[in-house]
Amino acid sequence: MTVTLTPAENAVTPRRPQPVRDRHHRGASRWIVLVLVTLGALAMLVPFVFMLLNAFKSPGDYSTGGPLSWPTEFYTKGLRNYWTQVDFPLKLWNSALIAGSVAVLGVIVSLLNAYALGIGRVRGRLWIVGLFLLANMLPQESLIYPLYYVAKQIGLYNTQLSVIIIFTVIQSAFGTYLLASVLGTFPRSLLEAAALDGAGKWRILWRVVFPNLRPTLAVLLIFFFIWTWNEFLIPLVMLIDNSTQTIPVALASLQGDRLMDAPTTNAGALISLVPAILFFLIFQRTLSRGITAGAEK
Amino acid sequence: MALSETVAGPERPATSTEPTPTGRKRRSGNAGYWLYLLPGAVLFVLVIGAPLVGTLYLSLTKWSGVGDPTFIGLDNYRNLLQDEIFWTSFKNTLAMIVAMVVVPTLLGLVLAAALFDVIGRKFKPRTAAALRAAFYLPQVLPVVVAGIVWGWILRPDGAFNSLLDAIGLGALRHDWLGDPNTAMPSVMAVMIWVQIGYPVVVFMAALQRVDPELYEAAEVDGANWFRRFRAITLAQIRPETFVVALTCTIAALKVFGPVFALTRGGPENTTNVPSYFAYYTFFKKLQVGYGSAISTVLTLIIIVVAVVFIWLQYRNERQDRGV
Repeated sequence: MTVTLTPAENAVTPRRPQPVRDRHHRGASRWIVLVLVTLGALAMLVPFVFMLLNAFKSPGDYSTGGPLSWPTEFYTKGLRNYWTQVDFPLKLWNSALIAGSVAVLGVIVSLLNAYALGIGRVRGRLWIVGLFLLANMLPQESLIYPLYYVAKQIGLYNTQLSVIIIFTVIQSAFGTYLLASVLGTFPRSLLEAAALDGAGKWRILWRVVFPNLRPTLAVLLIFFFIWTWNEFLIPLVMLIDNSTQTIPVALASLQGDRLMDAPTTNAGALISLVPAILFFLIFQRTLSRGITAGAEK
Repeated sequence: MALSETVAGPERPATSTEPTPTGRKRRSGNAGYWLYLLPGAVLFVLVIGAPLVGTLYLSLTKWSGVGDPTFIGLDNYRNLLQDEIFWTSFKNTLAMIVAMVVVPTLLGLVLAAALFDVIGRKFKPRTAAALRAAFYLPQVLPVVVAGIVWGWILRPDGAFNSLLDAIGLGALRHDWLGDPNTAMPSVMAVMIWVQIGYPVVVFMAALQRVDPELYEAAEVDGANWFRRFRAITLAQIRPETFVVALTCTIAALKVFGPVFALTRGGPENTTNVPSYFAYYTFFKKLQVGYGSAISTVLTLIIIVVAVVFIWLQYRNERQDRGV
């Protein structure tokens, strides 16, 4: 189980030529399958259509026309209101700062851990890797109160730094598990040759292991970024201030206010979804490369 | 793997078949690697180990978060056993497992097979890729944001009721999330929508691995599509099925964001789940000891589930090798 979490662009390449007889045989049924699956895919997109339809409506338009009507005008004031009301650029910065820092720091910690476990084969490594794997499955509720309490005591409460530290550790628990198993199969001959050339452990890590691992690390970096970006409970508890909150927390706390009418809700959701969709589009190729890399063996 | 492909550059040794160092030398060499584990280990103890122990301790106390906790032994756990909300929340977890594990895995198998086997091979691969992206899209979004959109869609004056009106089913108009009878089924439907893309993508990647010759041989033997699906596809992608079932079950046990965004556990706790129940007990009711007990029980259940899954998988792999 490595990086099978995202689509690979070429996952659907046909492998074998189809016998001619078979194509005649199933001429009709393949169209039925296509229609059914396409209907399912369209149904998946319906909520997005609803959202888009109502994000560009004025409140008056919404109350007369209802949720299904076509907007009478291209109304962007709802979007602009949400943008200024929650100070969206600041939220964007908070989310990017937190997710970006966690991605970089998490990968570094994972790499260092995995170097000791996968290459160094320190004693008890199986137990240590198992511990990291288990830690990744823990419910965050089992950590949150002590973290919240201590953060308050030492002045880290309501700072982005607290969330960065916590998620660096949580994400690197998964990263360590993944990289340790990848490094377990690292070609020994490379390490020994480098050692014979007089390279120390530190040099071998950065000159031999790191370059070879770069594709896997890139995938891990992106996963950490997106996972942290989408996190909710810990940012909700730790970040109470408008100046520190992330995008999902900002939207959720406005929802609680009951001040948001339907068009503003949709406008806010639309703005909040755009970055995630952009990442998906930007990173799709890197991720699919990482997956094919992980799949070839 | 990627490793062997990218081995290049000046680091590539000319003599890659050196004998391994002696055992003694290697052991002394390994000692130095502990240093690399040090930062990760310290962080791990501070952020995961210590808080976990802290929660375990707090579950044996009565505490509001200020002053000193009072040690009360197992009282919290005794109260939990008599707490109806506690039992309801775990019963609701079973519903979440149906919506986040059982249905997505089964639907995912069918969809992945249809996309890979039929659409990918008999139409353009691009068609299959586009359809797959539609199913996967909800997986890349912050689940809370998706939950807020769904919360509006399912409101009494939301888009879903308007849609029912528009297609002549106005009689079915309903407060989907507000009625105790329909709240949980509605949340389950949303969770299926959220989860479905994950198994589809994993299973489609897994199907690539399956040797096409197996299918050809089965076809020659006269096996129909369904038999091939059962005997070859399901058997071959069993490792991925295990991983999907495990990760989705853990996710279902931990689910928080969607419940927070859709219903806050209501109405009348019909959609309450352990993690939201714990959150609410910690931060709204300020019963830190009791919340810790809920969290501890949830943690134990997750550990048991994970260990059972991993043990089953291990046993399965051994059986496969034995055959």
